[in-house]
Amino acid sequence: MRLCEVAELTQAEVLTGKELLDREVDKGCGADLLSDVLSVVEENFLLITGMVTPQAVRVAEVMNAAAVLIVRGKCPQDPVIAYADEAGIPLLATQKGMFETCGLLYSRGLRPTRFRRVSEYAG
Amino acid sequence: MNAREVARALGLEAVAFPHPEAEVEGGFCSDLLSRAMAEASPGEAWITYQRHLNVVAVAKLKELSMVILARGPEPEPEVAARAEEEGVNLLRSGAGMFELAGRLYTLLSRGPRNR
Amino acid sequence: MSPSTPAKRGRLLYRRTFYVPAGAIADVGAVSTQVRRILRGLGVEPEVVRRVSIICFEGETNIAIFTKGGRITLMVWEDRVELFFSDSGPGIEDLELVRRPGYSTAPDWARELGFGAGMGIPNMEKNADVFVLRSRPGKGTAIRATVWRSRDERKGSGAGTRA
Repeated sequence: MRLCEVAELTQAEVLTGKELLDREVDKGCGADLLSDVLSVVEENFLLITGMVTPQAVRVAEVMNAAAVLIVRGKCPQDPVIAYADEAGIPLLATQKGMFETCGLLYSRGLRPTRFRRVSEYAG
Repeated sequence: MNAREVARALGLEAVAFPHPEAEVEGGFCSDLLSRAMAEASPGEAWITYQRHLNVVAVAKLKELSMVILARGPEPEPEVAARAEEEGVNLLRSGAGMFELAGRLYTLLSRGPRNR
Repeated sequence: MSPSTPAKRGRLLYRRTFYVPAGAIADVGAVSTQVRRILRGLGVEPEVVRRVSIICFEGETNIAIFTKGGRITLMVWEDRVELFFSDSGPGIEDLELVRRPGYSTAPDWARELGFGAGMGIPNMEKNADVFVLRSRPGKGTAIRATVWRSRDERKGSGAGTRA
């Protein structure tokens, strides 16, 4: 699925990265808890989050995510958008909630990312 | 569709399951308790990575039909005990939030037609 | 995990220290994104960059949330990348507990910002080839995390980077 299709499907506004909307994403990860994003073992996924803090974008950058889709109509502050722009991470924002957003994208074929298994952590 | 049917369809593991007949009216996802307090509606199944004690309190207060703990460590025994005590359905899955939301959304949206 | 010191070999290519003030929650991730860019600029292997960035992210989160402030030193060697975290306290009481997935003493405000799931130390440990944690309650905590640059010495089960 291309990012422009993600935007269309979720009626999302593109906050930055309009020129990158041809980018393909085939996996999605929904989370507000950023440590769960840090245990994804794949790249180029769509990060779906209700967080509009700078950390959401920085986590996406560190994990080589393809884009960030912000849910629930939240809009990050200008410095966060500017940072995403500079980091080359498209930022999209939808009015829809996390549940509906994940539901729509999943039903259109976006697949879940794989995570590091919790059992692997056993100290 | 009730909580037992949802649990079976999604392959959820029961942590505390005092009211399997509870009707699941929809879904809600958030890891922020404040958001769940503000935005979740009665009868919804709440999918979250959070697994501390306050999750049970929020689910009870908001009259949610069930809490589905997405992949992560096993909740502490006191969380299970509290859920049982408060009559909150608490289940867990090895799947992440995106997958759980996707599958529950699909399940609920085709539910009424397949009745 | 073996707490042994990596054998002294390989040349030091780069070294830099970053400071993380106490409570600098809005800046969390700023060091790890810089570290990632530095490593990419030096041509470090993508999987190594990824692992080191994750370790750094968790480490700077811990320093910002739990400590009185600290610093992170990045060292890039020919054969490995090392991160050294140190802080000025309060230290960790129970080292076994913090290594347990899901154990967290994070305050509610931190959880509401998306932190404090109790996976920080486990995730750092999992992404490092050598992970050494020392803590003195009341004094502070020091962590050294090493990621080998050669595939042979790296952990097999790690974060896969797509080719």
